[in-house]
Amino acid sequence: MDNNREFLMRRLHSLLGVIPIGLFLTQHLIVNHFATQGVEAFNQAAHFMANLPFVIFLEIFVIYLPLMYHAFYGLYIAFTAKNNPGHYSYMRNILFVAQRYTGIFLVVFIAWHVFETRFQVAIGAAEADFNMMENILSNPFMFAFYVLGVLSATFHLANGLWSFFVTWGITVSEKAQRYSTYFTLLVFIVLSIIGIRALFAFV
Amino acid sequence: MGEAAKTVIFEIERRNSTDENSYWEKFELPYRANMNVISALMEIRRNPVNMDGKKTTPVNWDMNCLEEVCGACSMVINGKARQSCTALVDQLEQPIRLQPMKTFPVVRDLIVDRSRMFDSLKKVKAWVPIDGTHDLGEGPRMPERKRQWAYELSKCMTCGVCLEACPNVNDKSDFIGAAPLSQVRLMNAHPTGSMNRDERLNAIMGEGGLADCGNSQNCVESCPKGIPLTTSIAALNRDTNIQMFRNFFGSDHMVD
Repeated sequence: MDNNREFLMRRLHSLLGVIPIGLFLTQHLIVNHFATQGVEAFNQAAHFMANLPFVIFLEIFVIYLPLMYHAFYGLYIAFTAKNNPGHYSYMRNILFVAQRYTGIFLVVFIAWHVFETRFQVAIGAAEADFNMMENILSNPFMFAFYVLGVLSATFHLANGLWSFFVTWGITVSEKAQRYSTYFTLLVFIVLSIIGIRALFAFV
Repeated sequence: MGEAAKTVIFEIERRNSTDENSYWEKFELPYRANMNVISALMEIRRNPVNMDGKKTTPVNWDMNCLEEVCGACSMVINGKARQSCTALVDQLEQPIRLQPMKTFPVVRDLIVDRSRMFDSLKKVKAWVPIDGTHDLGEGPRMPERKRQWAYELSKCMTCGVCLEACPNVNDKSDFIGAAPLSQVRLMNAHPTGSMNRDERLNAIMGEGGLADCGNSQNCVESCPKGIPLTTSIAALNRDTNIQMFRNFFGSDHMVD
C-alpha cells in the first residue's frame, strides 16, 4: 500500500476544484452579472476580460488544464462509485450521488459551452459580446440547458467545497461539518441567484 | 385472542455456494412475541419448509454473541445492512427480505466471508507493537478522559456494515472502507501506538486507502455501534495531509 499516487491525485483533484476552478466560476458568474446593467456594461466587462494581459496563459493555466484534469479524473471517480441512494437515502448520500451526476452533466455542458463561445471566438467566427449570448439564449431549449448548467455548476462547487473542507481536514467534527453544510448551502444560493439573474438579463 | 394465528413472512436470497446463482425462497412462520430475525431463522432451521409447503434445506447464517457485540450476524435486512440479532420483527415491514452482504464473497445463503476486513487491519497495522527481546517497561500514561473517548472507537466489531453501505466499496475499487480507517485513528491515539503513527498514516495513503472516501457518510449512519466514523475519516484527512508534507520535506516529528 506504499504507492500513494492515488492519494496525491485525489488531493490535487479536490484542490483544483476550488482553486482555481471554483474561484474562476465565481468570477465568471459575477462578470456575467454585468448583463443585468445593460448591453454596454456587459460588453465593456467582456472586453476587459478578453483583453487581459497574457490572457491565453491565464486561460491555459487557470482554466483549461485544471478543468480538464478535474473533469477527466472526476469522471473516473464518478464511474467507480456504486450509487445506493434508494436504500440509504440519507442527505449526504443523496448529495454524493448528485455531485457525481452534476459532474458528468457539467463535462457535457462545459464542452458545449466552450465550443459555442470561446472556440467560435478563437476561429474568428464570432465575437464574445452581449449579442452572442442573446442569440444563444433566445432558443428556449438552450436557455433551459444553460439554467441547468449554471445550477449544476453552483451546486457542484458548493457541495464540492463542503467535501474540500473535509478532505483537507478543516471540518473534522460532526458539528463543524454541519455548520459547513449551512455555509455551503448559502454559497449555492448566492451563486445561483447571481448566475440565473445574468441568464435572464439576456432574454 | 381467538383471532386467526398471526404469521410472519420472510423472503430470503439464497445460494448454495459462492459461484452459484442466487434464488429467492419464501417462508411463513408463526408469530411469537418479541421475535427477532435470528429467532425466525432458528425456527426455519427447526422446520425447513418453505411457503409452497415443500421441504427445503435450512437457511445458513452466521451468528455468535446475539447481543450486537461480535459482528458475525450482519446481513441486509429490507435493503439495509445491519445486525440480525437486534433486528426485531415487530419493527420491520413485511415481508422481511433477507440478503447476504454482497460486497463480500458469499459463502452460502446469508454467510459472507469478511476476511478482507481482517486483511485491511493487517495492512494498516491496526495494533500496538510491543513485542521485543526484552521488557520495555511501562508505557506512557493515557489520560482517563482520552481513554473514555478512545473507547468509543474501540467498539468496532468488524461487522462489515459500513463497507456494505458505502458506495465506494465495490468490485470496481479497492477501497478498504471506514472500519479499518477508524482503527488507525484509535491506534494512533494510543500513547504507545502513536510511536508508529507515520507507518499507519503512510499505509492508508496507499492504494485503496483514505483517498477513496467520497464522503457519502453512509458508514456513520449505518454503524450499529454509533462509532463517529466520518469524524475519524476527517481527522485522518488532516493527519495524512500533514504527513504528506512531512514525507516530502522531511520532519523531526514523524512520530509525535
